[in-house]
Amino acid sequence: MSNTDALYQEIILEHNRKPRNFREMPDANRTIEGRNPLCGDSLTLWLKLTDDAISDISFKGQGCAISKASASLMTAAVKGKTRAEAEEIFERFHRLVTGKMPEAEHAAMGSLRALGGVSKFPLRVKCASLAWHALHSALDSASADVSTEREGPEAPPGEGA
Amino acid sequence: MTAKRADFPLLASSPGLHYLDSAATSQKPRAVLDAMMHYYTHDNANPHRGAYALSARATDRYHQARETIAAFVGVRDSACLIFTRGTTESLNLVATAWGRANVGRDDEIVITGLEHHANFVPWQQLANAVGAKLRICDVTADGRVDIDQFRTLVGPRTKVAAFNHVSNALGTINPVREMIAIAHAAGAIVVCDGAQAAPHLPLDIDALGADFYAFSGHKMLGPMGCGVLVGKRAVLEAMPPYQTGGDMIEYVADDRSTWNVLPHKFEAGTPNVADAVGLAAACDYLQQLGMADVRAHEQTLTALATERLLAIPEVAVYGPPPAERSGVVSFTVGQIHPHDLATILDELDVCIRAGHHCAQPLMRRLNLPATARASFYVYNSEADVDALVAGVQRAREVFG
Repeated sequence: MSNTDALYQEIILEHNRKPRNFREMPDANRTIEGRNPLCGDSLTLWLKLTDDAISDISFKGQGCAISKASASLMTAAVKGKTRAEAEEIFERFHRLVTGKMPEAEHAAMGSLRALGGVSKFPLRVKCASLAWHALHSALDSASADVSTEREGPEAPPGEGA
Repeated sequence: MTAKRADFPLLASSPGLHYLDSAATSQKPRAVLDAMMHYYTHDNANPHRGAYALSARATDRYHQARETIAAFVGVRDSACLIFTRGTTESLNLVATAWGRANVGRDDEIVITGLEHHANFVPWQQLANAVGAKLRICDVTADGRVDIDQFRTLVGPRTKVAAFNHVSNALGTINPVREMIAIAHAAGAIVVCDGAQAAPHLPLDIDALGADFYAFSGHKMLGPMGCGVLVGKRAVLEAMPPYQTGGDMIEYVADDRSTWNVLPHKFEAGTPNVADAVGLAAACDYLQQLGMADVRAHEQTLTALATERLLAIPEVAVYGPPPAERSGVVSFTVGQIHPHDLATILDELDVCIRAGHHCAQPLMRRLNLPATARASFYVYNSEADVDALVAGVQRAREVFG
């Protein structure tokens, strides 16, 4: 399988075409904007936190297939989880897309393992991470929008003319 | 005459590479790299200072570079050609040094929706700082300046009109002669962003008549970190300096200073001699090719790429027809996001730009989140167009 085939697996393309939880949520109690200023991608993430759990989550926005599929897969993965469980999934996701997760652990990632192909494309890690940084901030606090340039641990890609 | 790929060490050492991002930065011919190496290995000293032959030689090289570049772009009074770090610094110099001294509350600044951020944000910030009005000329659906609206926007309160010669995002060649005449008739000064024009079009800055004209070296085969601001002598002499320090002063008293003559008044600190020498070598190289031939070569490739891309289902190309664009093809392919397209092309060794091209105001006006942009230059050939087309077809297969 070529690197691009590994990146654009069927599950990624399918979530890009039909993203899950792609809707506004008027009764959300956490709303956060995520932006990647270098490429112009942006999304809004809505959460309903009940006690300590994510009882509902949704998003809308525009971006590439990787950012949209990653956001879609994320909402499916963390819905119904507690804050601590969601943070733990975030931590594992981050190791997966930055190539720091041993192959043996990939199977336990469920559908999210399809995002493993991103690790071969350092410039695209930021795309895959946008929604996750927004989630992390939403769980952390009720305010502050997210920018990949402030939140992301990855080096920014060059902008140029 | 077209350039030989073998003249460009990076391209020569990567035979399969299809570099289609010259609107962002160009590759460098060996002649440029050699000129810079020769400067550092034979002529390097701090110019304008030393009382020794080597420093005098460095000074000569620096002045020769200025003369060569001035002649290449049609500037007779070479003291009015100021070296900067690039177009961005040139435009900030004008917006800051000239702008703060000449634009006040309720004055108007006219720019266009077609600008690169480098010719947009400095004027926006100046307007905000002094309480001036920023008036932004609309862009037509096919990516041109709405010249009728431009005519109505420029009026008696307009102090400055700033616009690009060629759009970086779409390649649109603007009717700058007409725009300059409109602005001058209203008594406004004109700032022209030539970053995408100087590398690609025969240029005669004196004949064009803009009060300021800016361009970058690295987009025209020269090194990064060296660009140019050309200004009219009377305007440059009347305005305050931008940065102060060594080289730009005439006399420093305890409580005031007087300024050196042009161009030194605007070149504070040790100048970037090696890069100026490199840019002069780039101008020599382009001169040998002949700018009319450079333009013709790019036009051929741009027309061919546009035609072949438009033959692919779902491809849209933005901007005016190829004959009215520089070597830029800005396009989208159905619902495939340009970043995904760029990633797939990258695996086929095709380098394109994807995104908002530092022109968010333009993308908003065209209602596009992003486009893919292929841009051609002297070292590109039909083989690069073939690779681009094959890559777009491959992307359509991947995305079904």
